Amino acid sequence: MKRNKTMTITQKIYVALIFIFLYAPIVTLIVLSFNASKTRAKWGGFTLKWYVSLLQDETILDALGTTLLIAFLSALTAAVIGTIACIAMSGMKRRSRAVLMGITNIPMLNADIVTGISLMLLFISLGFRFGFGTILLSHITFNIPYVILSVLPRMKQLNPSVYEAALDLGASPLFAFFKVTLPDLMPGILSGFLMAFTMSLDDFIITHFTKGSGLNTLSTKIYTEVRKGIKPEMYALSTIIFVTVLVLLILVNITPEKAQKENI
Amino acid sequence: MNSKKHLLAAPYAAWAAIFIIVPLGMILYYGLTDKSGSFTLENLLAIASPGHARSLWRSVWLSLISTAVCFLLAYPLAMILAGKKGRNGSFIILIFILPMWMNFLLRTLAWQTLLEKTGVINSILAFLGLPALKIINTPSAIVLGMVYNFLPFMVLPLYNALSKIDENVIHAAKDLGANKIQTFFRIILPLSVPGIISGITMVFVPALTTFVISTLLGGSKVLLIGNIIEQEFTQAGNWHLGSGLSIVLMVFILINMVVTALFDKEE
Amino acid sequence: MKKRCFVLFIICFVFLAAGCGAGEQNDNVVIVYNWGEYVDPEVLELFEAETGIRVIYDEFETNETMFPKVEAGAAEYDVVCPSDYMISKMIQKDMLMELDMEHLPNAQQNIGTQYWQQSEGFDPGNRYSVPYCWGTVGILYNKTMVEEPITSWAQLWDEKYRDEILMQDSVRDAFMVAEKLYGYSMNTTSEQELLAARDALIRQKPLVQAYVVDQVRDKMIGGEAAIGVIYSGEAIYTQYENNSLEYVIPEEGTNVWIDSWVILKNAPHKENAERFIDFMCRGDIALKNFEYITYSTPNEAAKAMIEDEAVRNSPIAFPDLSRYDNLETYIYLGEEGDALYNELWKEVKTY
Repeated sequence: MKRNKTMTITQKIYVALIFIFLYAPIVTLIVLSFNASKTRAKWGGFTLKWYVSLLQDETILDALGTTLLIAFLSALTAAVIGTIACIAMSGMKRRSRAVLMGITNIPMLNADIVTGISLMLLFISLGFRFGFGTILLSHITFNIPYVILSVLPRMKQLNPSVYEAALDLGASPLFAFFKVTLPDLMPGILSGFLMAFTMSLDDFIITHFTKGSGLNTLSTKIYTEVRKGIKPEMYALSTIIFVTVLVLLILVNITPEKAQKENI
Repeated sequence: MNSKKHLLAAPYAAWAAIFIIVPLGMILYYGLTDKSGSFTLENLLAIASPGHARSLWRSVWLSLISTAVCFLLAYPLAMILAGKKGRNGSFIILIFILPMWMNFLLRTLAWQTLLEKTGVINSILAFLGLPALKIINTPSAIVLGMVYNFLPFMVLPLYNALSKIDENVIHAAKDLGANKIQTFFRIILPLSVPGIISGITMVFVPALTTFVISTLLGGSKVLLIGNIIEQEFTQAGNWHLGSGLSIVLMVFILINMVVTALFDKEE
Repeated sequence: MKKRCFVLFIICFVFLAAGCGAGEQNDNVVIVYNWGEYVDPEVLELFEAETGIRVIYDEFETNETMFPKVEAGAAEYDVVCPSDYMISKMIQKDMLMELDMEHLPNAQQNIGTQYWQQSEGFDPGNRYSVPYCWGTVGILYNKTMVEEPITSWAQLWDEKYRDEILMQDSVRDAFMVAEKLYGYSMNTTSEQELLAARDALIRQKPLVQAYVVDQVRDKMIGGEAAIGVIYSGEAIYTQYENNSLEYVIPEEGTNVWIDSWVILKNAPHKENAERFIDFMCRGDIALKNFEYITYSTPNEAAKAMIEDEAVRNSPIAFPDLSRYDNLETYIYLGEEGDALYNELWKEVKTY
């Protein structure tokens, strides 16, 4: 591609319009979190009270806790299982690897609603009690492919002779793996983990079909609230999460260019 | 060691078998049986009933429009961003992922606040003396919701494909006398096909199967096939019919994959 | 790149630590499955404080979404609050536990006799259910947005209110409106009558702004629509928020409903469930609930304690039902009836 350092005016306007389109709803939500009126239909003046009452709202905090715990555990488990699977695949014959990759692609390509329903049917027929466990299992299932797809390219770049050299120098296979292979794979695993974490955080449909009584993630909590009007505390919480992530992203990106180049 | 490496696949293979293959098998089982457990094709043929056929047709139509709109919006954007690749390239991409940290139901719901009759956009339009925008609770609002939610899924693969194109190829084309339009259609577009294909898949499938966007922005007046399936499970309690319709839906996803794959080969 | 990932990794941990604080474990629980915003959250806290039983609380939107979840049995519940016709369906499917009135002294004492009598219609002998709320279904309209007072269901078919009408998105309530329009019974299973009702609803669809359940409340308060089909309990709340709203029971008649507490047969915490129901029937508690959710209470003790005379005599909260001769309560129509209604409703919605 032709690389220009600067954009033309038209290009700038175009990019700006798309950004307005993407961020208009988010700005709306942030504004609503400061709205003193309880219904979103009216502007009742500026207030911070929703941020205060958020701290006392146990159901929202519980949902937040569940959401994060599930996102973390599922991303972590998926990272472990996915990485092991990638290592295994590198030692596999072409044919069986293709089969496994094909299966891996199913949850990515299939509709969420079908994945959710199929897992629900599975859990019911196994007699599982719906709750934390069923949500976690489902999230791990749809998270593994993200890990595999981000680790596998790294795996292919791996130079096997380094690992073999370590073995020749007397390292045990396990030691060599942790000292040589794993550090090389780490960026792939981390970005897979983050992708999985984000996907789990944002999932509604699959959780909708596999959750049990009284347990909510933020998504399912919001879906139940949609009908009676979203509690303003929910806007406050989303604003906090969003701003935190935004600030951290900016901080990370402000780090001097040099340091970044070294890392890449 | 290497010969035993493939044994490590066991945990994942087992996981995939239990949580991916078996559940799909269950959908097939329920979809092909009736309440008494005997084989039937009725649940699949139910798609032909007027109500189901209408909603399937509507889903296909709306998701095709959304995919096209996403593509038309995303391609120039990805080209601009890829052209500007440098210090800020990856940051700009992160900006596209950032909205995902705001819950997608809330983001979609925010469009209700924006589009409503007495909503933000209409208040602004009224202030400017312009006629009101009446798209909430119509198929247009659903398309808007789809484009909004799935646009990043189109931008990212396109950006990846476009930024991988070697600058020298473009220079070569120019040196050989190709003008801008020729360069675009003969060089850039063909080279970005992998990105286009994954972009189309990543937008079309969720758009085809969504039930949330139509609920939130369609005022429950526009039922998509996703809504029908969801309601069979959560309201009517007819798992057999719901599974049968899911199978039909999967066939459509497969068709989409085959079509895009064929297109890929031709290129 | 590595560094960025690492920082994001840290974010995840921070969020995780922040979120984890709230989870404590306790086996002494009661699992309640109730309508959305159908109880004062303070009441649940009071119950927990007084009895030491933790309430696990879950909400549903319509009877129809509640039923498959409870029936599948994959999610455990103790106490549910379905409406009349759904209770008789659950009784027929043998899903409910017979209540021991000895354990429910507050219910016996405080719930008005007429409500027990009314319950006989779907729960003969009052063996399975304790009334919690009741009300009518009517039309809420915005006085500033209509030209003449709304008095009839037929006005929901008036072309001049195109795009100003909110209909209920639940099968029985939607069909009830069309059936009453033609003067049919709201419990009809006559195919001919139902087809006519379906056609009426299809004819109405272009005029309807949206099919909603609880969202009707926010939309009417915000002036999004002029006319909405609404439960009487919601109407009282909306009037507090927007005083140009008026509630009316249409002249063709309507549905009188009761939502009652029931205990599921496979409930894991039956004793706690009984204590919960009885607690909800205590006068002061029922009053608190009434003031919060504004749905009519069948609790005489609570009603007597309402201080505001205007509310106590409100024709919306406590209408004199004897003034109407065309009120009905839904009854369960059997599997075939259910299937027929669902099928026709789907045809309306997909049209």
